[in-house]
Amino acid sequence: MPLPYSKKLIELFMNPKNVGEIENPDAKATEGSPACGDMVQIFLKVDPETKRIVDIKFKSYGCASNIATASIVTELAKGKTLEEAKKITWKDADRELGGLPPVKVHCAVLAVDALHTAIENYEHQHGLLKEKKPTDKEKVIKRLKHVIDPRKGLDVIRTKLVKDVEVENGVVRVYVDMEEDEQYAGNVREEIIERLEPLWDVKKVEVIFK
Amino acid sequence: MNELKKVYLDNAASTKVDDRVLEAMIPYFREFYAVPSSEFSHSPGIQIKEAIENARESIAKKIGAQAEEIIFTSGGTESNNIAIKGGAYGQIDNGKHIVISAIEHRSVLESAKRLAKEGFELTVVGVDEEGFIKIDELKKAIRKDTVLVSVQFVNHEVGTIQNIKEMVNMVKSINPKIIFHTDAAYATGWIDLNVKDLGVDLLTLTAHKMHGPKGVGALYIKKGVKITKFIDGGFSEFNLRGGTPNVPGIVGFAKAFEILSKDTIEYVKGLRDKFYEKALNEIEEVRLNGARDFEKRHPNNLNLSFKYVEGESVVLYLDMKGISVITGSACFSRTLEPSYILMAMGYSHEDAHGSVRFTFSKFNTPEEIDYTINVLKNVIDTLRRLSPLKGE
Ligand SMILES: Cc1ncc(COP(=O)(O)O)c(C=O)c1O
Repeated sequence: MPLPYSKKLIELFMNPKNVGEIENPDAKATEGSPACGDMVQIFLKVDPETKRIVDIKFKSYGCASNIATASIVTELAKGKTLEEAKKITWKDADRELGGLPPVKVHCAVLAVDALHTAIENYEHQHGLLKEKKPTDKEKVIKRLKHVIDPRKGLDVIRTKLVKDVEVENGVVRVYVDMEEDEQYAGNVREEIIERLEPLWDVKKVEVIFK
Repeated sequence: MNELKKVYLDNAASTKVDDRVLEAMIPYFREFYAVPSSEFSHSPGIQIKEAIENARESIAKKIGAQAEEIIFTSGGTESNNIAIKGGAYGQIDNGKHIVISAIEHRSVLESAKRLAKEGFELTVVGVDEEGFIKIDELKKAIRKDTVLVSVQFVNHEVGTIQNIKEMVNMVKSINPKIIFHTDAAYATGWIDLNVKDLGVDLLTLTAHKMHGPKGVGALYIKKGVKITKFIDGGFSEFNLRGGTPNVPGIVGFAKAFEILSKDTIEYVKGLRDKFYEKALNEIEEVRLNGARDFEKRHPNNLNLSFKYVEGESVVLYLDMKGISVITGSACFSRTLEPSYILMAMGYSHEDAHGSVRFTFSKFNTPEEIDYTINVLKNVIDTLRRLSPLKGE
C-alpha cells in the first residue's frame, strides 16, 4: 500500500457501508466541522420496544480514515441495543480497521463521539434518562465544546466565540462574539441549536449575536 | 486481470528523466569517471572538466548569463540555501534585514528563519488570493538596512508566476545595493528566464522538474555579488562550493535544458487546458486556485478545489485508480495543518482542505486526460453523495 492504511480501511473507504441519511430519524448527531477537515453525521432508527438500533446511516466529510471509521462504527452499532452501543469505543473501531496511523486516531474518536451523542440525544427525547438532571450552564458548555468555530477550526468555547450562557425556565441563551451578518453566523446559529435542542428540558434555544 | 493504468500527474514534484538525457549521462558513469581538473592533471581529468564547462556554458546561455556566473549545486534546495544564507552574510556590512514572500518553498522559508534565529531581522510579505505578491507591501517592507529580498519566480503549488522584473526595479530604485534573489526551480526550462532582463542578482535552477536528473541544480550569481562560502573543502565552483561535482548530473542537467522545446511546452499546456475545460464541463462547483490568467500560470500547473469534499480522500481514491496527484489538505500532511500557501492566500481551512494539484508533462497523453477526468468525476460524485455539506 502506498499510504499507511490497512487493506480493510482502504476497502471500506472505497465501498463504505450504511451511507446516507435516514428520513425522520429518531435521533441524529454531528461531530467535527469542515474547518478542522473532518465531519461526521450519524442518523438512528430505534425500536421503541426493544431499544435496539434497527437502522443507522452516516454522512462524512473528511479523509479516508474518517469515512472508513464512520462506516465501521455504524456496522458495529447496527442491531445492538442502545446500552450495548454506548459501550463501543474508538479502540473497537481502531481494532476492526487493523490499526489507524496515530495521526488519524482522532477520526475514530469523532465517529464514536457522533454515535454516543446520537444515542444521548435519543435518551433525552424519549424519557430514557436514568436521572433527569436539569440542564445547567455547565451542561450547556460541555455540549458547546463540540461546536467548532468555523473561522479557526477549534471549539467555540476555546476560541471564546461563545461569550456567555444563560439557562432559565427551559430557555437557553447563548451570547456569541460575532456580528449577525457575518459569513458564518447562520452556520454557527444552526449548530448551536442542533447541539442544545435535544436536551430533555430545553424548550427553546436563543443565539444572540453582537 | 486488467493491468491498472498508471497516470502520473505530479510533475511539479519531479519528472521522468528523458531517455536522451539518460544516454548523455551514462558515459560519465562508465567511461569518464575521473575527478574533473583544469590543470596539473591527467588527461581524463581535463576531459571531464571540459564536459562540465560545456554544460556551464550551455546553461548560462539559456538564461542570458556568463558561464562564470553559474555554480553547480546539489539542487534547488542547496541553491536556495546558498543564496539566502550566503547572500545575507555576504552583505552583512550593509545591514541585517531580509525580506521574503509568504509562499516561498521551504528551502527559502527555513533558510530565512534560520537567519532570523542568528540575529537577522525577517519580514514576510503577503500575497493576494491568486498568490501574487502584494507589491505595495513589498515596497513598505524595504528598509535602510535591508540587504536581501527573495521572491520565487513561480509557485510550486498553485502555479502563479510573479512579476519579478517589476519587483526588482522597485527594490533597486529604493536601494540598488539590495541583493535580489528569485527561486526559479519550478520555472527551469518551462518559462523564459533572462537574468539581464529580470535584473536579478541571484537565481535558483534545478534539473529534475524538466526531465533532468534529481540532485543537481545551479545558482546564478551576478558578477560582483558577494556570497559567503558555506561548503568548505576545496576551490571548486569558483571557490564557492567545495566537493567533487556531480558530473553525470551536470551533463544531464544541460541536456535536459537543451531539449525542452517550445513545442513540448505548448503540448503540455494543451493537455492542461483540455483537462481544465473538461473538469469545468463535467464536474460542478470546481474552483481554480492560483492565477486565473493562464498567461501568468506555470504551463504544466492546475490546482483545483472541489466543493463539499476533502482533498486527501480524492487523492487516495485516485491513487487506487493509478492516478498520482497531491493535495493541500491538512489530512495529507504529517502536521495536520493545511497548505501554508493556500492559507497565505487567505483561504479558509475548508477551502484549503479541498485543493488538489494536477501537474502535467510531455509523457502524459490525451487518453490519460480523458481517463483521469472520468475517474475524477466518479470520485467527486461518490464523495459528494457521502458529504454532509452537500444538499444541506
Ligand atoms: C519552488 C521550488 N524551489 C525549490 C525546490 C527544491 O529543489 P530540489 O528538489 O532540487 O532541491 C523545489 C522543488 O522541490 C521547488 O518547487
